[in-house]
Amino acid sequence: MSLLLGALTLGFIFALIALGVYISFRIFAFPDITADGSSTLGAALAAMLLVHNVNPVLGTAVAFIGGFLAGAVTGILATKFRINGLLAGILVMTGLYSVNLHIMGRSNISVLGSKTLSTYAERIGTSVARGHALNILGWEVTSLEVSSFVASFLFVSAVGCVMYVFFQTSLGTAMRATGDNSEMIRALGVNDESMIILGLAISNGLIALGGALIVQYQGFADVQMGIGIVVWGLASVIIGEALVGTLQLGLSITGAIMGSVLFRLMIAIALRMGLNPNDLKLVTAVFVFLALITPALLKRLRNRHTGPAHA
Amino acid sequence: MLEIRSIGKTFNSGTPNELRALQNVSLKVDDGSFVVIIGTNGSGKSTLLNAVAGSFFVDFGAILLGGTNVTRWPEHRRGKLIGRVFQNPFAGTAANMSIAENLALAAQRGKPRRLSWLLRRNLLSQFRDRVSQLNMGLEDRLKNPIGSLSGGQRQALTLLMASWQRPQVLLLDEHTAALDPKSADQVIALTDAIIRRDKLTALMVTHSMQQAANLADRLIMMHRGRVIQDFQGAEKKRIRAEDLLSRFEEVRRAELLDESAAAMLRRAYI
Repeated sequence: MSLLLGALTLGFIFALIALGVYISFRIFAFPDITADGSSTLGAALAAMLLVHNVNPVLGTAVAFIGGFLAGAVTGILATKFRINGLLAGILVMTGLYSVNLHIMGRSNISVLGSKTLSTYAERIGTSVARGHALNILGWEVTSLEVSSFVASFLFVSAVGCVMYVFFQTSLGTAMRATGDNSEMIRALGVNDESMIILGLAISNGLIALGGALIVQYQGFADVQMGIGIVVWGLASVIIGEALVGTLQLGLSITGAIMGSVLFRLMIAIALRMGLNPNDLKLVTAVFVFLALITPALLKRLRNRHTGPAHA
Repeated sequence: MLEIRSIGKTFNSGTPNELRALQNVSLKVDDGSFVVIIGTNGSGKSTLLNAVAGSFFVDFGAILLGGTNVTRWPEHRRGKLIGRVFQNPFAGTAANMSIAENLALAAQRGKPRRLSWLLRRNLLSQFRDRVSQLNMGLEDRLKNPIGSLSGGQRQALTLLMASWQRPQVLLLDEHTAALDPKSADQVIALTDAIIRRDKLTALMVTHSMQQAANLADRLIMMHRGRVIQDFQGAEKKRIRAEDLLSRFEEVRRAELLDESAAAMLRRAYI
């Protein structure tokens, strides 16, 4: 039960990263891999501030702002300096590795002794449960586990709702149109470059927020923790699309969250069944590869059955 | 009023592919005037429209819109003042977004994009009204993605979008060239109706001599990056499609003469 609850909680926290990846990859069609650096940046900022007894809410907010700025830099490189989007992300990600080491001062920081958002969640959880040991379907779980789970669920739901509303405002719709047809949105008097910069900033802000929450949930920050995170986020988005389709904004947002949770569950199960943790990233990469090529493959197979398509 | 003061543009300057697309083009378009531009392939007619829209900066000369010098304005800034319909029916709309969202983005032209809800109810009822006037049965499909519509329907909606906020000038770049004949006629009728009703200032590039002869109150003919003919007023009214064709034939023959004369001179002197 703890394992399941832990996987679900991590799934909700990683959903923030999935939502960030959804914004850059899907809304802007911008392959932004700044995420690998900005998630660690969020973690590093939060860990450093928490160790110095800064209020966890403030520490988490600073992490968001750090990611926001990192994303804006990628956006500026890609638009104002016309650097290829993929390369812009690689440059910022690489630069952030040093920045993160400077922030943390060493490669690994523990926040187990500090007050974190988990501490808050547990305190509320304990006061609700009044000290009773909790029992779910006959399994005993600690109040920390349950309260982290509930808190992460509520937090991600709130972020999802804010995103849903934001992308239907005047500004948010102009952003979606930028990703869809930049020529058209320029002709309608919108600076598409500003939209991309702001969009990547929000995307990486969310990803850094995810990094900050991971630190507070698992109790430590590591300078390597961001490696491959963009692929994990993408995997969640793809699973979400398979579940709910791509047609509606609200469904896509829900799908990305569900995809993240499902993905974490699959990982938990695979690890339980004896998958070597070292193989996790390879397996994820192969999974995303298969998910990317399957639709085209299916189409080709279907065409072969019905005969060649019209030229 | 749109004023173009002897603008010039050379693409691939200094290479073997050098193309002098616009050579000292000047044009003054009065408010409420509907101008049709025709010309041979590569005559610079689309380039002229793109220069006005700001797709690139001109090498020299100036462009004034309503008395404001917009020569160094980037494309998106001019977009606040200019309505555009492109040749490609897919270029003017965002395919994955709904008809209503596309229209709403256009209804906001020139206004700052803020954090206010976009699809407000009174806006939606305005969309329903205007879209039903198109007689395409789209008023009940406002929530559908615009990518599910035909090229003609999308071009009609683009036209509605380009003129929703009254533009200082409306630029139409062969906007019916990619449509089937029936849709093209529909879109042309709609174009004429909107321009007449709102008394818009418009520049329309076309390759159809029929459209050029029947529409508009001024006709400009371009060739090799220059304006070679400018029919206005009564003279424009008299013009028929056959006249334009024969004028093109003249231009073509003059060109042949140029080339054969050059060949003759080359033989004689080199």
